[in-house]
Amino acid sequence: MSNKRKIGRGVAIVGAGMSKFGMFPDKDSKDLFAEAFSEMIASVDKGFDPADIQAAWIGNFSNDFFVHQAHWGPIIADLVGITPKAVTRTEGACASSTLAMRDGLMAIASGMYDIVLAGGVEEMSKCTTEEVTEGLALATSPYEGDAGYTFPGVFGALATAYFHKYGAGREHLMNITIKSHENAPLNPKGQFQQTIRDLMEARKAKAAKKGEPVPEWADEKEALFDPRFNPPVAWPMHLYDCCPISDGASCILMVAEEIAKNFTDKPIYIVGFGQGSGRGLHACPSLTSFEANKQAAAEAYGMSGLTPKDIQFAEVHDCFSIAELIHIEDLGFFGEGEGYKAIAEGETRREGRMPINTSGGLKCKGHPVGATGTAQMYEVWKQLRGEAGERQIPGRDLYIGATQNLGGTGGTCTFTIFERR
Amino acid sequence: MEERPISDISYRQFLEEGKFMGSKCDKCGKVYVPPRHFCMECGSSDMRWHEMKGEGELAAFTCVFVAPPYMVELGYNRKNPYCTGVINLPEGTRMVARIEGVDASKPESIKIGTPMKVDFIKQGEGEKARTFLAFRPAS
Ligand SMILES: [Zn+2]
Repeated sequence: MSNKRKIGRGVAIVGAGMSKFGMFPDKDSKDLFAEAFSEMIASVDKGFDPADIQAAWIGNFSNDFFVHQAHWGPIIADLVGITPKAVTRTEGACASSTLAMRDGLMAIASGMYDIVLAGGVEEMSKCTTEEVTEGLALATSPYEGDAGYTFPGVFGALATAYFHKYGAGREHLMNITIKSHENAPLNPKGQFQQTIRDLMEARKAKAAKKGEPVPEWADEKEALFDPRFNPPVAWPMHLYDCCPISDGASCILMVAEEIAKNFTDKPIYIVGFGQGSGRGLHACPSLTSFEANKQAAAEAYGMSGLTPKDIQFAEVHDCFSIAELIHIEDLGFFGEGEGYKAIAEGETRREGRMPINTSGGLKCKGHPVGATGTAQMYEVWKQLRGEAGERQIPGRDLYIGATQNLGGTGGTCTFTIFERR
Repeated sequence: MEERPISDISYRQFLEEGKFMGSKCDKCGKVYVPPRHFCMECGSSDMRWHEMKGEGELAAFTCVFVAPPYMVELGYNRKNPYCTGVINLPEGTRMVARIEGVDASKPESIKIGTPMKVDFIKQGEGEKARTFLAFRPAS
């Protein structure tokens, strides 16, 4: 049934922007969204007047908690000057801005609107780490909270199940972290720009300066196994398995396919979308897969008529290292229990057969939760148009890319497929 | 015959009384914990309370070193981590629960597949006193 869904009329992305991601004590959500919006407007090749936006959807998970301000739709409408038109906030935890895109997609596909803004914003760094931990844990399933689970705790538990079932270990998750940090220096918008090697050298220099014993690590993994460099957060999730606390915003401009060429000669078409819902650890069918992912993937592949083999690269939701591993298997890029071996062979590196998270992923780019979905799309937009600069996937003619965005601990999963024609 | 409404509130009251209770579908016999209003197998809403055996097997776990504020209040932190897990139950379902009787500061010593039995841990003072569902190794 689910693989019969179709988009009523075609929808294209004709502009995209994102703020720099990071921790910004001197910027608030409006400043960040303004930064993303300005880049989006400038990215429309044939020019665009913001007054032509007919409606907007803005993803935001929990600025209510983080900065004690809710109701972000009209605030953003006022910021970008499109009042009194309709602007609606969407919430799906860390998938909030993909849901904004989804609403825009349905609105254009239905014929109700032709030109729509979709984006997201989150401002987290003004809270302490403990407060953010508590704020994010609001999106776990209720019983998980009772049992003392944190966000990293849920993913830690999934990792132990994966290790047990397939014989993988922490060293395999480290390959994901090392790979993401290899891409990090190539993304000027990202929160972190250092490789693991860079971070090791920085730590050594700091120790030497303080007159402390200088750590001797043979390679990245030896450092990552050292709890002084990489302390446990929710075992087996350690600091370098976890994405950071971030502020940021992102947005895309979506239009009906028949008018896309009025804006650019290189539109990026949304050809498949799927979304699923999942249950907590006590009720989900598998501890090494997300049921919501499988639903989202089946819908998006069915809608687009494409298969996993057709996807040339993807941004997936690596809130924790184990999540990236599970996603690439759930989406069919690699077989179940095979992902960690493919990663070890370098297949998900930028030069590999199936580049994953060329942006540096949430791990390095940062994860301002409400902004992440459309920021993933920003990366796919850049790669498909050949505008990703130093991190452009080398030696390939790219025309199909995808984003996978997860909310909570798998309660919401989305999968979106994009095409350059 | 237990007449309390099938709800999370009742489920937590039972925990306070030292009982691990699920709901059983009157039509098809499927057991759920925590209790469910509707049967996922047959769609029936004829559910009645069912006392769980309180046995199981460790299916997954984590040892939490960076604790949320409500666990920090109970004395947990980087130096005193706690373990929480997923238990496969013989009733054909699973539950998340705190794991006691293991050394959370040595996660490598904790083994998936370990037979477990239910426990109820009372923590917190005064109005914050609560009973948490826990499991511990059976032997
Ligand atoms: Zn039933």
